[in-house]
Amino acid sequence: MKKVLVAATLASLLLSPLSQAADYIIDDKGGHASINFKIKHLGYSWLTGRFDNFNGKFSYDPTNIDASTIEVAIDTNSINSNHGERDKHLRGGDYLNVAKFSDAKFVSSSITDIGNDKLLVKGLFTLHGVSKEITIDAVKIGEGQDPWGGYRAGFSGTTKIGLKDFGINANLGPTSTHVEISLHIEGVKK
Amino acid sequence: MRNTENNYGWLTISLHWLAAGTIIGLFSLGFWMVDLSYYDTWYKQGADLHKSIGALLFLLMLFRVIWKYLQVTPLPINEHSKFEQNAAHIVHKLLYLMIFAIMLTGYLISTADGRAIAVFNWFSIASLGSFFANQADIAGLIHKYLAYSLITVVVFHVIGALKHHFIDKDKTLIRMLSNKAVKQVNSST
Repeated sequence: MKKVLVAATLASLLLSPLSQAADYIIDDKGGHASINFKIKHLGYSWLTGRFDNFNGKFSYDPTNIDASTIEVAIDTNSINSNHGERDKHLRGGDYLNVAKFSDAKFVSSSITDIGNDKLLVKGLFTLHGVSKEITIDAVKIGEGQDPWGGYRAGFSGTTKIGLKDFGINANLGPTSTHVEISLHIEGVKK
Repeated sequence: MRNTENNYGWLTISLHWLAAGTIIGLFSLGFWMVDLSYYDTWYKQGADLHKSIGALLFLLMLFRVIWKYLQVTPLPINEHSKFEQNAAHIVHKLLYLMIFAIMLTGYLISTADGRAIAVFNWFSIASLGSFFANQADIAGLIHKYLAYSLITVVVFHVIGALKHHFIDKDKTLIRMLSNKAVKQVNSST
């Protein structure tokens, strides 16, 4: 009886990480995550920037990827393009209007494994008060034990959104109608 | 050149009108440029010019204040009542205070991220860093509303001057145009 119990406990310990989706908190506190964007400047170069403050969580099961989910909330007020006056404009009424829309949000609706660690993450993105379905092309970077007793998994993802689709009508020129957003996230297992 | 008990000196008069023209110009430029779109030619030039002229206005105003305290202030002219004198003093103090506050907040917007302000291509004013959170936005709001308030006070200042000229028919306005406007202020009033 004792042997059976030990065997069962061992088996469940071994099997549980494989059979259950794990919940992760995005490590924004430790700075192991970033949300960056880039947009063409006049068509001559890339202007890059980031959102300094955001948080999120995801649930990930390598054996059942389709059951995974992710949720990220972005503080739009934290936009940072390394130019104070430009950031002031970006926060203003012509662009993000952060006084009214202080949060942007992505909530996944489906995650599809397309092989080679690549994932298609579909979901609802809310920005500037407008919610639209978008697809993020994501790739798993890695997962495993960290040296401090935790377990981590990390992903990268990119997507491209049209400014007008989200009600941002400022004219930045014909080559600057879309912005590419990239997420680099590392989650710590709860 | 210097003020006397009766009249403003020509330097004081010149400084007044130079500052007046610059302030009206800066307000108009600022009011116009904030609505320019990204593809307007003046989108960048307008702001650069606004900052450069603003910085020069600061030097002008600094010199004006020093010059004011280095010499006598002409006495109020005979026709002015005590109420008018007090009202004028308050308006003048407000004008100085607001002008300096607007220049300070303008500086805080442009230097919030550590960047210096380039004054034409002559020199640049260093940033002293960020003093409070959301500095560019908060300073920007104060800058805007102070500028509107300043122009409101300027309107009162102008109405006062015109009232003295056309209704009271005294030398108040002429004194700011000529250094020989008044022969003798009666110092008993």
